[in-house]
Amino acid sequence: MPSVEFSNRVYEAEPSESVLDTLLRNGENPSYSCRKGTCFNCMMRTPDGGVPEKAQAGLRETLRVEGYFLSCLCVPEGDIRVVQAEDAAIYQRAVIQSRELLAPDICRVILEPATPLYYHAGQFLNLRRSDGLCRSYSLASVPNLDRYLEFHIKRLPGGQMSNWAFNEMKVGENVDIQGPNGACFYLPGKPEQNLLLIGSGTGLAPLVAIARDALNDGHSGQVRLYHGSREPAGLYHRDSLFDLAQTYPNFSYTGCLSGENPPLGYASGRADDVALGENKDLKDWRVYLCGNPPMVHAAKKRAFLAGADIEDIHADPFELKELRAEQRSAERQKSVA
Amino acid sequence: MTESIYQQIGGEAAVNAAVDVFYRKVLSDDSISGFFDDTDMDAQREKQKAFLTMVFGGPNEYSGKDLRTAHAKLVADGLNGSHFDAVAGHLQATLSELGVPENIAGEIMSIAASTKGDVLNQ
Ligand code: HEM
Repeated sequence: MPSVEFSNRVYEAEPSESVLDTLLRNGENPSYSCRKGTCFNCMMRTPDGGVPEKAQAGLRETLRVEGYFLSCLCVPEGDIRVVQAEDAAIYQRAVIQSRELLAPDICRVILEPATPLYYHAGQFLNLRRSDGLCRSYSLASVPNLDRYLEFHIKRLPGGQMSNWAFNEMKVGENVDIQGPNGACFYLPGKPEQNLLLIGSGTGLAPLVAIARDALNDGHSGQVRLYHGSREPAGLYHRDSLFDLAQTYPNFSYTGCLSGENPPLGYASGRADDVALGENKDLKDWRVYLCGNPPMVHAAKKRAFLAGADIEDIHADPFELKELRAEQRSAERQKSVA
Repeated sequence: MTESIYQQIGGEAAVNAAVDVFYRKVLSDDSISGFFDDTDMDAQREKQKAFLTMVFGGPNEYSGKDLRTAHAKLVADGLNGSHFDAVAGHLQATLSELGVPENIAGEIMSIAASTKGDVLNQ
C-alpha cells in the first residue's frame, strides 16, 4: 500500500483511500469541508508530482504545475509526501459592496475582489467568512458587462452563512473568495443554437448570467428562460427579465408557479414541466439546468430523451453547496471539551 | 492483415456517435429503463460506451468474469433473457439508424450474443 507523509509523520493508506481520509483516520487535522472536490478547502501540495489527474481537475494550470491537488479526490498510486496548501494559493480577498433584498428570503450581495477575477458567467465561488465558515454561491454577474461580483443568497432555516448575510454582514467587511469553479457556463461558438434555461429558486442567478452573456455575445438562436417558484414573490428579477426580452427579440422569459391557482401572467406548474412541455424537440439545443437537485436530475433525463445530446446539457444541482459548517479544529475542541 | 470491425466502423468516433442514440433508446424502453436509471447520467453514459466499445470489437479490458461481476447485482434484481433480447434489439436498431453495413452489424450482433451467458450469470 502507498504511504502518505505529512508533517514528518508517515501513514499507510488503505486500498482506494483518499489522502484526506488517510490523514483523518490517523488523527491529523487538515482543513477540509465538502469532501466532494467542490470547496477546495482540502487543497494540498506535493513536491513529488505524480498526482492522479482526477485530483487536479478544475485547478488552475499554475497550481497544477506546482503540484497542488485536492486531497479528498486523491487516491495515491505510490508513496506521496504532502503539505497543506498555503491559504494565499487558494483564497483572495474581496470587500462587500452592498446587500439588498430581491425577495423576502433572497438577497443580492455585491462583492468587489482585490484583484479582478477571470471567470465565465454561470460559474460559482466559495465564500469564506473570517471565522472560516465557507459556502458556495453561483455568480449572477457577467465578466464583460459587470465590474462587480454578484450573488443571490437564499435564507435557509438554520443556514449559518445565509442568516449571517441577511442579518449581520456589513458593507465594507471582507470575505475570502475561492474560484471560479464549475462547468455550467456559456461558451461562444454555434451562435445559431437554441438555448433552453431552466432554474428554480436562486438557480436563476447563473442562468441570468448565462443568458446575458450569450445575448451580449451576439447569440442568434432562441434563448428561452424558465424560472420556477412556489410563490409569486420567489420569482424575483421579473421586471428586468421582461426588459431584457424587449431588448432582445430572441430572448423569452417565463415565470412558473407550482402553487395553486397562479395569478394571470404566470405559467402554472413546475419550471421543468412547463419548459419541456413547450419545447418538445430539443435536438441540437443547448440546455442549462440549475437549482433544486431532484428537478435538475429529472430535467436532465427528460431533456436528453427529448433529443438534446448529453454533452449539450449543462447541469448545476445546488446540492454540493452545503459545506461542512465548521473547521475541523473547532469540531475537535468541542469533542475535547 | 484485414482491419478489425472496430477500425472499419471508425473506432472511438463510432462509439461516440452511437452512445447517445443507444442510451436514449434503452432509457425510453420501460421494460428495461429501470436498470439504467442512474441519477449520474454521465457515469452511466461512460458504461454504455464501455459496452459499445466491447461489442464493436474494440480495445477493452473486460473478461467474461468481469461481465459476470458487472451484472451480478442486476441479475439478483431480476435481469433475464427477455431484458437481454431488448438490449440486443436496441443495439440492432442503433446500428441500422447509423447506417452500419449489414455484414458488420451482423458481426457486432454475434459478439453481443456471445456474452449472453456471462451477462445473465448462467
Ligand atoms: C449484450 C451484452 C452486454 C454486454 C457486452 C454488456 C457489457 C457491459 C459493460 C462492459 C459494462 C461496464 C462495466 C463497468 O465498467 O462497470 C456494463 C454495465 C452495465 N450493464 Fe451491461 N452488457 C450487456 C447487457 C446488458 C443488459 C441486457 C442489461 C440490462 C438490461 C445491462 C445493464 C447494465 C448496467 C445497468 C450496467 C451498469 C452497472 C453499474 O452501474 O455498475 N447490460 N455492461
